[in-house]
Order: sequence, then structure tokens, then C-alpha cells
Amino acid sequence: MAAGQSRTPGILKTYSAELLDEWLKGLNESGQDGRISASELRAQAREFLQLLEEASRHEDMDDLESAEWTPIREFLDGVSRSRAIQGFTSAQTATFIFSLKKPLFSRLQTELGNDGLALAAEMWKATELLDSLGLYTVKAFQKSREDIINRQQQEMLELSTPVVKLWEGVLALPMIGTLDSARTQIVMESLLQRIVETGSEIAIIDITGVPTVDTLVAQHLLKTVTAIRLMGADCIISGIRPQIAQTIVHLGVDLQGVTTKATLADALTLALRRSGFAVTKNKV
Amino acid sequence: MDRIPILRMGDFLLVTIQVDMHDRLAMTLQDDLTGMIEKTGARGVLIDISALEVVDSFIGRMIANISGMSRILDARTVVVGMQPAVAITLVELGLTLTGVQTALNVERGMQMLRVAIAEKESANASDQE
Repeated sequence: MAAGQSRTPGILKTYSAELLDEWLKGLNESGQDGRISASELRAQAREFLQLLEEASRHEDMDDLESAEWTPIREFLDGVSRSRAIQGFTSAQTATFIFSLKKPLFSRLQTELGNDGLALAAEMWKATELLDSLGLYTVKAFQKSREDIINRQQQEMLELSTPVVKLWEGVLALPMIGTLDSARTQIVMESLLQRIVETGSEIAIIDITGVPTVDTLVAQHLLKTVTAIRLMGADCIISGIRPQIAQTIVHLGVDLQGVTTKATLADALTLALRRSGFAVTKNKV
Repeated sequence: MDRIPILRMGDFLLVTIQVDMHDRLAMTLQDDLTGMIEKTGARGVLIDISALEVVDSFIGRMIANISGMSRILDARTVVVGMQPAVAITLVELGLTLTGVQTALNVERGMQMLRVAIAEKESANASDQE
């Protein structure tokens, strides 16, 4: 379509100040709360109008993927990301774009009031454009939300599996939270890696922080113990609460051949004895 | 055809696997090692797999087999230096290598063999008395 046929770019250019004011009025009415300041909102709205005007001058107004629309897509990505971080909902973020319709349509109406057919055609074009922009915003918003969730999941995984050195040649791994396959894999890898790095002969896995032990968790634990043994180190499992001990027996899980202790202190004592250390109390 | 060298160190045989094992190589090693134990009357075998990064179920089973064969020939076998990735793979494959002794590095493995052989000799001595 030629630029001359569509009136929207012209309207955007001529009435940019009026559009901005009406748009902001609409935005404020639709209940923007204190999370974003009026001046910031105004700056964003102004930038968007400017970018939209620039982009709409080009031929293909429908194809958002084309190069002409790159600046506006990048701008919307940025806005969506900041909205997601500020805690807006996806609907609120999309409303930012959709609320431009009202002022734009009323301008179109005053411009083309006499020509019903042309008005309908223009309105349809503008609607299509703003809709796709709005949908793009929602998509970008969701993507940034998903990124945040993924990052947090990753951080949680790393946070919850520290391998600590208790003594020369004794490593401990205090497990916290539910053990699933993915976590066990990471736990196992980091523990085995640390065993190689430090040359430790004894590893203590403390499961005080593991809320429930089912057959799957027990199987994961056994796998870890076997892998540690294959590398030439020993493994002690500690922190088994009475309920967990009962569950393990009721489930019929075979922990034969695995050294288990009730508390981490007991496990450390055993580890020290095995490596030839003795702890004595000074006589006063 | 390449072979894995078997080094003799006093009473012990030292096998260091420096290349990726393939099935043929593992079979040759099995033949060579059992022959060598028979020839030298070695009391202990140390297999260093610290450079081994890839295993499959066949190689895993070969390690267990070699260990079992040496035991029958009256030589203690210790597998040393298994990499974390290899250990995880073997466990996932369901190969727990029961009966195979393991140690973290060659030094600890040697220590283990010495202790085991000393124990055995003292047991033999007390039997004879």
C-alpha cells in the first residue's frame, strides 16, 4: 500500500502532541497505579508514538518482522521487560498499547468523518496494527517472565547444593529440599567433582533437610553412594530422622552396605576414626 | 595393532589406560594381563583409569571381569582414578562393579594393595604355625 493511501501516518505526525495527551489521559483513567511514575509513562508513550510514526511511513504496515519495525520491536521488548520486573500483569502491559486506539480512532473520525468507507478501512488497518503490536508486547512480557523463572530455578539449584569440607579428607553435603532426578544429578556431579579435586576419602550426605524419602529418592541416594564407591571413596548417609527410618523400612528399601548414621556428628566421628584421627578433651 | 602397556613394579602390575578403550583393546588387555600375572606371579594389579573419559557397558563389564580373573589368579586388583562422569555412567548403566576394589589415586591404590597383601601373608603365616 502506498503511503498516500493510508492516513494514519499523517495523523500520527500532525497530531502527535494531542494524541499523546489523550492517550495518557486514557492510561491514567484505566488505573495505572504508583508503580510507574507519570513522567516515565509520558516518556515511554512519546517514544512509542515517535517510533510508530517513523515505522508506519514505510510500505508494509502489516509485517512486524520486517526491518522497518525493528526499533519499535526493541522498544516494546524493553518496556515489557521493565513491566515484568515491576510486577505488572500481562493485561496491564497490553493495555498500554491497546489504549492508544481510542484517541487514534477519534482523530481518524474527525479527519475522515464524511467518508464512511474510507473511515472503516482506515480503522481496520489501525486496529490490525495496534492489535499485533499489543500481542507482541504480551509475548515479550511472557518471555521475560519465563526468563526470570528459569533464572531463579537455576539459582535455587545451585544454592541448595553446597559441598563443604568438614575435615582433611572429609566432605559433607547437606541436602535441603525435595530430591528429584535433575537435582540428584547436579548434587551427584558436584560432589564427585569435589571428591576428585580434594582427594577426599570420605563423603557424608546429610539428609536432615529432605522432607520426605520415597523409593525414588532412596534409589537416587543409592546411586550416588555407588558412584562414590566406584571412584574409590566412602560414603556415609546421616541425618535420618525416626520417621524417615520407619518409611525406609516400610518401603522395603534395601540400604544394606550403606553406612548410615542418625546425626551428622555421629557421621563425623566415624569419619575421623576411619581416617585415623582421635578427638580428645583437654584435662582442666 | 596397539596394546595397553603393562608395567611391572616389584610384586605389582601397573596398567595405565591412556587411550579410549574399544572392545578389541579391552579383549587384548584381558589376555595380556592374565598372561602377565601367570608369568610374573604378581600379587597385585593396579588399573589406572584416570584418563578414561568414555565407557560403555562392555568396557564396564570388562573392568569387572579383569578384576575377577586376577582374583582367581591370586592377585588383588584395585581400580583407581575413576572420573565422576564415568562413575555416573556406570551407575546409570546398572553396573555397580560389586567386588571390585576402588581407590581415588595410584598412591592410595598402592597403599591399599600393600595392606591387603601384608594381611594375607600374616594370615598365611599364622595358618602354617
